[in-house]
Amino acid sequence: MGTESTENITGTAKVKRGMAEMLKGGVIMDVVTADQAKIAEDAGAVAVMALERVPADIRAQGGVARMSDPDLIDGIIEAVSIPVMAKARIGHFVEAQVLQSLGVDYVDESEVLTPADYTHHIDKWAFTVPFVCGATNLGEALRRITEGAAMIRSKGEAGTGDVSNATTHMRTLRDEIRRLGSLPEDELFVAAKELQAPYDLVVEVARTGKLPVVLFTAGGIATPSDAAMMMQLGAEGVFVGSGIFKSGNPAERASAIVKATTFYDDADVVAKVSRGLGEAMVGINVEDVPEPHRLAERGW
Amino acid sequence: MTAPTTPPAIGVLALQGDVREHVAALDTCGARGVLVRREREVEAVDGLVIPGGESTTIDKLLGIFELRDPIRAAIRAGLPVYGSCAGMILLADRLEGGVEGQQTLGGLDVTVRRNAFGRQVDSFETDLEVAGLPDGDLPVHAVFIRAPWVEEVGPGVQVLATVGSGPAAGRIVAVRERDVLATSFHPEISGDLRLHRMFVQIVADRG
Repeated sequence: MGTESTENITGTAKVKRGMAEMLKGGVIMDVVTADQAKIAEDAGAVAVMALERVPADIRAQGGVARMSDPDLIDGIIEAVSIPVMAKARIGHFVEAQVLQSLGVDYVDESEVLTPADYTHHIDKWAFTVPFVCGATNLGEALRRITEGAAMIRSKGEAGTGDVSNATTHMRTLRDEIRRLGSLPEDELFVAAKELQAPYDLVVEVARTGKLPVVLFTAGGIATPSDAAMMMQLGAEGVFVGSGIFKSGNPAERASAIVKATTFYDDADVVAKVSRGLGEAMVGINVEDVPEPHRLAERGW
Repeated sequence: MTAPTTPPAIGVLALQGDVREHVAALDTCGARGVLVRREREVEAVDGLVIPGGESTTIDKLLGIFELRDPIRAAIRAGLPVYGSCAGMILLADRLEGGVEGQQTLGGLDVTVRRNAFGRQVDSFETDLEVAGLPDGDLPVHAVFIRAPWVEEVGPGVQVLATVGSGPAAGRIVAVRERDVLATSFHPEISGDLRLHRMFVQIVADRG
């Protein structure tokens, strides 16, 4: 054994996309302190997202939202042994370089932060660390994958506790994927043009009936039922941002959302875990958020 | 041996992780992959795969949904089991680097170190020589993702593969003890399904 072997290669597409495969069926939770990260780990999170303010606070406080302080990220990496993700601004490749240097396991190039570049997203192929990116529709998802994203999450509308946009984005993705599968091959050329996505990726989605990377959902998930509905709509896992630590009993709610995500298709389990959770986050209706303040419209 | 009239039903523990890839691999290898999330589903299968995923999450869900004891009992009674990555952690009798209170199902007389290869930026692909494969000596293309390794093995455990090169050269990454098989890496992701074929054969042989 081990007499003749090739080199060990890091940062490949398989290793990056494979990492997301391991998160499937799980819940990734936003945390702003090491203590919250511990609560998330104890509740059964598959990973935590380290950030300075949850989206609800970014929304309330306004101002420019940036990558978190490295000390904060270090503290969270120290506190837990599950994977740690962190957010970089759209297009801010140096924030992403810093996050890679800190040893985070996944970078979220996120519309929740203030974009650093209104034209270009980060060239994610240039990194060893994998990236997750948001998308509201199939064309946007495929453009991010073309840039090297190894995981996609539907955007929803972060920091609202209103699940309606997440629903719209999941349904849109699902419908557009299904439509591609129904097209004759000679119509895929124009389909690629309309989606503004590379032809080869469009053909791959048409053949396989799914994205070539794992698809999670995000933005407005606040209850076990929200999580289970997103899973039934085709999400392979769930990001919960403000919904946990802006609620009355974070530990209980976190654990309940984990259980509902596993048994998303069993209403008896979802009913059982939904009891006695205390106050959900108050939230705001997406309708009441003025359009310039809607995060889902960042990224293109 | 007469050919079985129906393919063996092999469960994939479907609490969290890359369940779909294992089901597809088992189906390709002539078994029938089925999801296992409930006690009665444990009782209905001829073999069980513990997939890759987050071992701490799977462990918690095993406890919450009261699956830990039934699966332990089934393994003790001889149910063939294969675990990849998190699955290897869950099959280890002894665990290093777990979170406080983390339990395992056990079944393999080994000590496994969780996250032994490091963080995601250290995850890698390589070719491995694996002993005892049904068809041939060609190296297995192996994908390691925040992977564990085996620190030490008990007397009844067969070492099937070690890392060939790099800082972790010589570390044990595939083992078998009776009908319990475990790998640090993910054949279900790399698409080299000879280990799944080996496991399906183990299950079929028990008939």
